[in-house]
Amino acid sequence: MIRYIIRRILQAIPLLFIISIVLFALMQNMGDPIAAMAGRNITRSSDRERLKRQLGLDQPIYVQYIYWLVGNDWTKTDIDGDGIRETQGTRKGILRGDFGTSLVNRGKPVLKVIGERLPNTLILMIVAETFIILGSLIIGVYSALRQYSVLDNLMTGLSFVCYSMPIFFIALISMYIFGVLFKRWGLPYLPTVGMFDPNIGKTPGQIALHLVLPVLSMSLISFAAYSRYIRSTMLEVMNQDYIRTAKAKGLPRREIVFIHALKNASLPIVTVVGLDLPLLLGGALVTERIFAWPGMGRLFLDYVSRSDVPVVMGILMMIAAAVIVFQIITDIVYAWLDPRIRYGT
Amino acid sequence: MGDAVSATTNIPRLSQDEIESPPLSLGQLTWRRFRRHKMAIFGAVVLILLVLYSFIGSFFLSEKYANYTDTNLRLQAPSSTHPFGTDSVGRDVLARTIYGGQISLLIGLTAVTIETIAGVLVGAAAGYYGGWIDAVLMRITEAVLNIPELFLLIVMAKEFAGKIPTITLLGREFSGSVIVIVVIIGLTSWMYLARIVRAEFLSLKENDFILAARATGTSNNGIIFRHILPNSMAPIIVTATLGVANAILAEAYISFLGLGVQPPTATWGNMLDGANSYLESAPWLWFFPGMLILLTVLSINFLGDGLRDALDPHSRAV
Repeated sequence: MIRYIIRRILQAIPLLFIISIVLFALMQNMGDPIAAMAGRNITRSSDRERLKRQLGLDQPIYVQYIYWLVGNDWTKTDIDGDGIRETQGTRKGILRGDFGTSLVNRGKPVLKVIGERLPNTLILMIVAETFIILGSLIIGVYSALRQYSVLDNLMTGLSFVCYSMPIFFIALISMYIFGVLFKRWGLPYLPTVGMFDPNIGKTPGQIALHLVLPVLSMSLISFAAYSRYIRSTMLEVMNQDYIRTAKAKGLPRREIVFIHALKNASLPIVTVVGLDLPLLLGGALVTERIFAWPGMGRLFLDYVSRSDVPVVMGILMMIAAAVIVFQIITDIVYAWLDPRIRYGT
Repeated sequence: MGDAVSATTNIPRLSQDEIESPPLSLGQLTWRRFRRHKMAIFGAVVLILLVLYSFIGSFFLSEKYANYTDTNLRLQAPSSTHPFGTDSVGRDVLARTIYGGQISLLIGLTAVTIETIAGVLVGAAAGYYGGWIDAVLMRITEAVLNIPELFLLIVMAKEFAGKIPTITLLGREFSGSVIVIVVIIGLTSWMYLARIVRAEFLSLKENDFILAARATGTSNNGIIFRHILPNSMAPIIVTATLGVANAILAEAYISFLGLGVQPPTATWGNMLDGANSYLESAPWLWFFPGMLILLTVLSINFLGDGLRDALDPHSRAV
């Protein structure tokens, strides 16, 4: 097992390298960072040249990549442009935890920029995922136990619709119903944008209130896929011999369903959740935009539009790394939960 | 012959039609299975209606009308002259959903064509040749898979934005951004297909008929495209069908974020751009295009589901 984990981690390293090279190559034409950095303040071309050199953008792309990767504090850089390399570099490189500095927010470390937004995304993500798992477990188990009942058929139909639903459409509809129509009808209505009411402040109650609609829209879409999945594994498990044995020896139905069946039926869910979690980190992109939620997704959109390459690169690398880490964790948890699976060395 | 007739009298009789019908071809078998899939038929019918809507509709309303702005008629609620209302610069929403539908459906189909070509080439090369080619191609596939598609799309959309000029095709002007979107959606979605094709090739190339083909001196290309590829068409067709839905969704997402197809060319996605601001004042702005996207994606998903069952060679149902 330990050897398997080590092997997986070793395989992940070249993968991250390939990803970083692909992304770094893509970043080259993202727009003019100098213009984004300075706006209209820089008009003289000599200033532009100097800035370019300071940011290391005058170097060939492979040198830029190496600086980004391992830093440039081991070499000297030419900042004033007289052809002599005299200034000691200060960047440490991503391998030593230095993601570089933002161009838009002059010199603010990328990690700090991301760090300010990450908790907001995590709140949204964790709450949504909790609801998705609990809700789809209830729906899935119910549909499996009452196969072809009215509610099961209704859920099957609804899940197809929700599965095909673009997130922005469901978000707009729920905002319209619970935000606009409820207000019009004089009912208590929900806030549609932001994370908290600036007049009241960032209290847990406010955040919870503002969470309702984004979480609702995200859950409705994911319920569909998850509950179908749970339904089918649950149906499969309920037909197994050991369940018949449990029934035959007279165990209460509740115990059979929730202890014997659900435990095994929920195994494959681990895979789905594990693979979806990191995607939620980025999948909330559109949700965050619609609900004006100040998280990573909106950060990404803002910084892409301003061509802030270090921040964009940092976000993408973090998400890619998260995807890989969650894949490994999922496989390990799966093996740990299911004794039938033994990973060879 | 007489014995056979007397023997059949005791067992359940087949109808005359079933006895006399010649063996079914693969296409007929598939159609029979597909026909029984009610939801798939429903999906196919809705899809045809949607295609008719956006192509027949253009005979009644000209594209000029769809792009005609009249600022006196900003944000008019649905009425008899403008059944779907007007948008923030006074364009008719109905006409724009018709022309937007054409573009959205075309983007879906062309992006999937690119996706399929890329996926099949990568998957076939990796699966057939194996060795270091397989290792390199699959590592790249894995690397691209690990970056969420929407992020990749946004970065690429930003990268190519405004670099392709407006083109005129069949007497109509297309914003260059349409081409950009088609290409980048195609280039960011081939990975699943490549994996599926590779898996198919890995198992099919071990068959005896491949050995026979090789023994008779068939070239590698011949084996790949004439012997293995036709045998792996079923999963490719299913994936490509579902891919159309994903491509339409991807276009909608990226246009919704304002990075996709640029106005005045309408798509269902970019009609929703900025709908946020009119959530309360003009719900018809986002409701109709959103509904059309939902219907399209839903019916394509049904269709793909039906095709999956119908094309499954292990399925015994006739």
